[in-house]
Amino acid sequence: MTGAEPYEPHDPHEEENGPADSARGADGMNSGDGDDQHPTPEPGPGGPPRIPLPRLSVEDTGRPLPDPPDAPVPVLEHRVLKSLLGAWALAACSPEETAAVEEHLGECGGCADEALRLREAVGLLHPAESLDLDPSLRARVLQGCLERRPPRVPVPEWAAPYDAETARLDALLQDFGDAEWHAPVRLRWFRKDEPTSRRTTVAGVIAHLLTVDGMVAAALGLPDPLGDVPADRPTPSARTEAYWRASHFPPTRAVRAPWRQQTHDLVRTVSFTGGGTGALSVPYGDFTLPLRDAMLDRAFECWVHAEDIAEAVDYPYEPPSGSDLHHMVDLAARLLPSVLSARRQAGLAAPAPAGHRRLVPAGEPGRSLRLEIEGSGGGEWLIPLDSPAAVGSAEHEVAHVALDGAEFCRLAAGHVPPAEAAAGQLGDREAIRDVLFAAASLSRM
Amino acid sequence: MAKKDAPPRWDRKMQQRLARGEAAALGELYDRFASLVHGLAHTVLGDERAADRVTREVFTHVWEHPDTYDPRQGPLRSWVAALTHRLAVQRLRATETAALVRAGQGSTEELERKVRHASVAARADYIVQSMPAPLRAALELAYFQRRDYRQTAADLGVTEEEARRRLRLGLQLLSTAHDAGTGPGAPPEYGGAA
Repeated sequence: MTGAEPYEPHDPHEEENGPADSARGADGMNSGDGDDQHPTPEPGPGGPPRIPLPRLSVEDTGRPLPDPPDAPVPVLEHRVLKSLLGAWALAACSPEETAAVEEHLGECGGCADEALRLREAVGLLHPAESLDLDPSLRARVLQGCLERRPPRVPVPEWAAPYDAETARLDALLQDFGDAEWHAPVRLRWFRKDEPTSRRTTVAGVIAHLLTVDGMVAAALGLPDPLGDVPADRPTPSARTEAYWRASHFPPTRAVRAPWRQQTHDLVRTVSFTGGGTGALSVPYGDFTLPLRDAMLDRAFECWVHAEDIAEAVDYPYEPPSGSDLHHMVDLAARLLPSVLSARRQAGLAAPAPAGHRRLVPAGEPGRSLRLEIEGSGGGEWLIPLDSPAAVGSAEHEVAHVALDGAEFCRLAAGHVPPAEAAAGQLGDREAIRDVLFAAASLSRM
Repeated sequence: MAKKDAPPRWDRKMQQRLARGEAAALGELYDRFASLVHGLAHTVLGDERAADRVTREVFTHVWEHPDTYDPRQGPLRSWVAALTHRLAVQRLRATETAALVRAGQGSTEELERKVRHASVAARADYIVQSMPAPLRAALELAYFQRRDYRQTAADLGVTEEEARRRLRLGLQLLSTAHDAGTGPGAPPEYGGAA
């Protein structure tokens, strides 16, 4: 309350009962005013029952307060009456106190002046309008600024989706109360081609994002939010489980600030050290990604989990902007050939048909699937099916899949089973099945 | 009251980063102040699109002229609020004047009254947002939830005397909204409550 001290000119002694006294207040000790001996309102002897009546603020009705019915006006000292002025102006006193204050105002010029001033101040209160800023305003404002004065240190293009998605999620969290922070969330993904899930809370999801973003932070030389907590394996899920386990209490809203700070630090650091190419590699435990792809992956995860959160608290949430979505789809499309190859080696994907069972030389065109993403941020990708080293080729196209961009991302997030994905399909059914399952297998906690 | 603890160091560093032309700093500036800026502009102008435009003007100004902020003069937050106030009132006056000329009715006195009213309302909003959280919480309960001060005390887990103190102090702070901007050109005094 130090910020309030300069405004404490009238009754400095009242500072003694600061907020720190709340515990004392709760055990029934009163401050000696003589008017609050009853911690809970109860009927006064002979007076009207002190049951709070449904009431309007005076300033709402424009009418004077009704006179209390013959209630004895209590005798209160000036100091107490003065301390009641704020409550009086807000129509938050008992009828007896209201009467006592109003009687006093006729006699005390100082209090009357203050009463008038406070009553006028009440007129300035109004319900906070919902300050849901249009999320697209951020991009428009920043772009307008950067056109007027080009930045000397720009945010790399591949970090822009992360910058935008973290800002959108933070805006969603803005008005959350404790109920929302502790709302249950079920994280869903695919493991070994089976849908799997893990229960946590909204705060737990943010802790998850903090911990996994922390892998990128650590790769950049920033502090690792996991600190000294040992994780079984350096993977996103093992790190998250370790983080959840290490805290004695379930995560709370307190996790928001460190998460947001780290997102800002990441954007700032890649602006300086990304070197424009983002070639530095980020270890994910089972694989590594170049920094630029890791930042796209984190943007994607941020959006996916923001949707999980929004769904859990029943808020609407939009897909990313077209250009950001395009970057995310592009990352998934680029990852698919090596995922297909790994799945084939594990026996999870069909071997190449006879006549194609040879290694496609690196850089040569190979059997391909045309992935057509519709809607804003869409486009077409030719996915080489038989080797990550091959080049997608229209001449060797054996299948064509068409999906909405957001639907494809939900598939890649493990939120839609591959068999149920709303996809237009044409051509080699096995190739299509393999690609859809490979896309779902990109998902993780 | 996390904002209270934000050291002036953040303000100083932010200004330096903006001056260096760091785009990431601009994003952080937006994330911290956009809802303040947009909210104040909306209070003055009462129009979503106009508030969007003022928001854009404010951030463009800070980005193009970061050196016009002097950290020694006070917090960046107050400065941004005052800048928003100035630009929003400027726009209000311009649109109202244009409407006056177009319609040929109304008077400059009415216009000035409107501007003054919008100024006080915007400043009041800023004071409410910037006042210590315990005071805001007490006002919230007593005014919006219609709790009397005893209920307010119980809800907040403080003594009844403390509840009375917070309600009175909150309104005292709020009443200073009327003090600023005595003339049409007077700079709004943001920061008193911050």
